[in-house]
Formats: sequence, structure tokens, C-alpha cells
Amino acid sequence: MKILVCISHVPDTTSKINFVNGDTEFDTNGVQYVINPNDEFGLTRAIWFQEQQGANVTVVNVGGADAEATLRKALAIGANEAIRVNATPTDGFFVAKQLAEVAKSGGYDLIICGRESLDYNGGMVPGMLASLLDYNFVNSCAEITINGTSAKAAREIDGGKETISAALPLVIGGQKGLVEEKDLRIPNMRGIMTARTKVLTVLEPVAANINTKAVKFEKPAPKSAVKLFAADDLDGLINALHNEAKVI
Amino acid sequence: MSLLIYAESADGKFKKVAFELASYAKKVAESLGTTVTAVTVNAGNVSELSKYGVDKVLKVSNDKLNNFNAKAFADVVEQAAQKEGAKVILLSSTTDSLYMAPLVAVGLDAGFASNVVGLPLSTSPFQVKRNAFSNKAFNITEINTDVKVLSLAKNSYGLVESNAAAVEEDFAPSLNDADFNVKVESVEKTTGKVTIADADVVVSGGRGLKGPENWGILEDLAGVLGAATACSKPVSDLGWRPHSEHVGQTGKPVAANLYVAVGISGAIQHIAGINSSKVKVVINTDADAPFFKVADYGIVGDALEILPRLTQKLKEFKTQNA
Ligand SMILES: Cc1cc2nc3c(=O)[nH]c(=O)nc-3n(C[C@H](O)[C@H](O)[C@H](O)COP(=O)(O)OP(=O)(O)OC[C@H]3O[C@@H](n4cnc5c(N)ncnc54)[C@H](O)[C@@H]3O)c2cc1C
Repeated sequence: MKILVCISHVPDTTSKINFVNGDTEFDTNGVQYVINPNDEFGLTRAIWFQEQQGANVTVVNVGGADAEATLRKALAIGANEAIRVNATPTDGFFVAKQLAEVAKSGGYDLIICGRESLDYNGGMVPGMLASLLDYNFVNSCAEITINGTSAKAAREIDGGKETISAALPLVIGGQKGLVEEKDLRIPNMRGIMTARTKVLTVLEPVAANINTKAVKFEKPAPKSAVKLFAADDLDGLINALHNEAKVI
Repeated sequence: MSLLIYAESADGKFKKVAFELASYAKKVAESLGTTVTAVTVNAGNVSELSKYGVDKVLKVSNDKLNNFNAKAFADVVEQAAQKEGAKVILLSSTTDSLYMAPLVAVGLDAGFASNVVGLPLSTSPFQVKRNAFSNKAFNITEINTDVKVLSLAKNSYGLVESNAAAVEEDFAPSLNDADFNVKVESVEKTTGKVTIADADVVVSGGRGLKGPENWGILEDLAGVLGAATACSKPVSDLGWRPHSEHVGQTGKPVAANLYVAVGISGAIQHIAGINSSKVKVVINTDADAPFFKVADYGIVGDALEILPRLTQKLKEFKTQNA
């Protein structure tokens, strides 16, 4: 089985979010980048497939040279090889188009994306990729097993869970549940050493329309201070929720 | 430039988000000088949509579509858009609508903006404001394609009534076998409870509740408020509550009118999931808990002692104000 794991290189979840150049660009100053958490669940799941039933795992990122540290980390965790498409990921469609190109030439059985990346929160790359490839697609995928050429998956829905079956090749938008948080892999010394010798291929992007463009950013207006009530003044709280906030 | 919405329903009844989407669509249609067409799938009384400004309803009835299926539903929406010559297609932000949105966008060669939080800032060029960076910032996005797909963030516009008399029309899009290649084998619903996604009020507990044995008092409070229950990540990791209740950056987003956080510290990853909730109430023993910085109302104190009293007081309040 050949698995492609799409890795988004995103600011660490505790990063301060600021903008520069007249609020047109994200301020990367002092920001730590990590593997997008939703992708990390998918990567670990892919490594399980590799260890337990045999699979070759390729990780791919569309991004600049700075993203190579993130790809090296994925290699250290156990991916067999890495690909970087050398382009600034300007919009979801552009990224999906690049990934589709990589996917087509690699003949992968399973393509694992994260449900959404935690920077632009577009939630569109996995679906667009599946659509461009005309592969089956399961979003918000929280469980997956593969048997020969077919997959069983579970998808989180509003207020429950759905069990799904689909043939390979398949694209999933993965999330927590694919593996538990405690099972996420961190690179060990041996992994880091072997990662240095693994192949990281750099490809040039293919042309794609720029369907959407991030023109500007804004930060939410600062909020007023919290109104505190004493623990024995619950009437005060109820009164405020009723008369002031009008939510009860 | 006509406008199409997909009005989402479950078991024949429209979801509240469908009415919010119709309200929003009406306003966008006005600024574009056009009308609103809704496409519905196996929905019952579609005239309800009129109340929120829908001018025309394309009604799809097909037993094959009883379970949601992204590819098939995307086909329905695409064909409805083509039939109407729609240039703007509006979807909700439910799990299902977000599942099909990128498929619709590719199918129609359309630019797609998700998490949209307000009316277009401009229609030429077409610019919308959307949530980004896990609700820590807004991103103004320009859509450059002729056809545009937008998904509206929940509770970001509200319900606005307006009177229209919708023309109803049966619509039978052509579906093919490949639409059903992804098969739904079974659906497990958490029955009888308000779900986080639909709830206007959410009562959420963190590690400060000490253990699953104390969840009864949280559920009592949720009961009197008609609220859904939720939790922080460690609570679901510890197995005190199901994963489906975990709120935050790696969990579910909550866009409620009222979010009550009990014994939750307010870590940045948790806040990311609740930022778009309107009113936040925090109960925590630690006056320095970061949650107080983002809260509207707060009580510094022991949840185990406060919750039962609060529930009792709210019950009395409800009877008096019934
Ligand atoms: C990559 C990443 C992603 C993450 N994603 C999420 C996410 O999606 N959602 C999420 O929630 N977390 C997430 N986290 C974890 C997050 O950082 C915090 O660890 C978590 O939110 C803390 O949960 P808590 O507030 O319930 O527990 P604690 O941090 O243990 O805090 C408990 C709080 O309860 C208070 N308390 C104690 N006793 C009482 C009492 N009797 N009455 C009232 N208050 C009391 C304490 O003062 C404290 O403030 C993520 C972390 C990482 C690294």
C-alpha cells in the first residue's frame, strides 16, 4: 500500500497572532511552526499502517524552504520519503491542485489530509483534492482500517458518528480519533539520524488559477473586562444574563 | 447574478442554520439586485423558508438521499445552481455542508470561502470577512471567480424575518451510481440530547470538576438551561466524557449564544473553539485563570458548591418568568 500524507506547516497553537505590512501579512516573527495537529493524527495512523500491515509513507507539503524542518520531523517520525512543492500556498484550491499533481504521478492508494489546517481554517483542501482526482472522500474521519482494496471508516457528524465503507483509492480529511493523543509519535534520536539520509524531493509547482486571495487581516476588537459576581450572589448573575446579556 | 442556498434539513425538518442562511441570503440578494432560490432534499414543509425571504424552492425528493452523502448532495447543489444560473452559492457550516462545499466549488469552478462571518464588504470585487487562525483573527478574502461558493459561520448573522411567498418546484437532478461509491453503513446518534452543533446554550466542564462522578450537577444545569454539555480536552482524554463533547482547536467549535465554562482554565487551544460564542460565563476557583480574561461574567468559587445552587435558582427564575 502506498500512502500520501499531506502536511500543513502551521504556527504552533500558542502563537501570538499579529499582522504586518498594513495588516496584509501574518507576522512570523518569533512564531514556532509545527505539523498541523489534524495532520499529525493522520501521520501517526499512516506509520501504524506501515508498521502493522506494510505501507510506504510519503509526506508532502506545498510551501517554502522553511517548511523543510517540518517535513524532516515527519521523516524522523517514520515517513519513508518527503516531497516539497516549492510554492507559497496562496489559497486552498492552489494547494489542492499541486497535491493532485503529486498524487497522480505517485499512484497512492490512500491520501491522508487533516480536516482543516489551524491557520487559515479553510477546510477545503481534502475535498478539493478528492474532487480533482475523482477519488472517494471521507471528511472528519475519526477511524480508518484498510482491508485489501477497501476501507472502513468512521466520520464524526453533528450529534453522532457514521460508519462508512469505500473502495481505494481514497482521500480522507482526518482528525483526532485516527489515533489518540497519547499515541502521537515524537521523533527519537535514531529517527532524527535516519531522517537525514531519507530523500526529500523538491518539485516546481504547476500553474493554477488563483480563485481566492487573502487581501487583509483584522484582529477582533478588545473586549471589556469580565463582570464578577460573588459566589453568594447568584441572583446578580442571573439578573445580568436576563436583563443585560438577554441570553436567558 | 442569482443566488442559491442549500437549506439543510434532518428527518424532514429544516435546521435552524437553514433559516439563518436564508436570512443572510436575502440580504446578499438585495445588494446584488436578485432573488433567493433554495434547494431542499427530502424536506417536509418548505413554505417555512418563505418567512426568511426565499423566493423559490427547488424540492428534491429521493429515497436514495435519506442519508447524507457528500458526492450525491454536491451533485444536487451543482445541478440546481446550473439550472438557476446561480453565481453565488451559499452553504451552512454544519459538518455535512462543509463536507460537500469543496466538492461543489471544484464542480462549478468556483472560488470558495468558508467560515464567513458577515455580509460581503464589497460585491465588486467580491470580498467577505471570514474567521481564521482559529478565531483569533479575521481574514478578508476576495473571490475572483465568476461563480462563488460561501459557507456562513453559525450564529454569525442571526434570523431575520421577511415576507416572501416562495414558488415551489419539484426538481429531479440526475444522480449516477458513482455518487454512492462512499457507502454509509450505519449511523449512531446521541439521542434525546441537544448536540453541541445545534445548541444555543452550552454548559462545559473541565478538569476542575474533579471526576466523572460530578457530571450530574453539570447535566442538571444544562437541563434547566436547555443546553448541550461539552468538555475540555483533558476531560475527554481521561475518558470522563465522550470525545464528541471535546471543545476547542482540536475538538468541536462552539458558536453558542451562551457558553458556561465550569472548572476550565481557559488555555488558548480551548478558547480558540469558543471565541465565536456570544456570552461567556466562567466559574473557577482560581481568580487568575486565563478564562476570566475572555469571559463576560464570572464567579470565583468552587463549582461543586455553586452549580447545585445555580441550578436551583435558575429553576425558580424559569418558573417565575415562564
Ligand atoms: C496541540 C494542542 C491542542 C489542544 N487542543 C485543545 C482543545 O481543542 N480543547 C481543549 O480544551 N484543550 C486543548 N488543548 C489542551 C489545553 O492546552 C489545556 O491543557 C486544556 O484546555 C486544559 O483543560 P482544563 O481547563 O479542563 O484543565 P486544567 O488545566 O487542569 O484546569 C482546570 C481548571 O479548573 C479549575 N478548578 C479546579 N477545581 C475547581 C473547582 N472545584 N471549581 C471550579 N474550578 C475549579 C482550576 O482552577 C483550573 O483553572 C490542546 C493542547 C495542545 C498542545
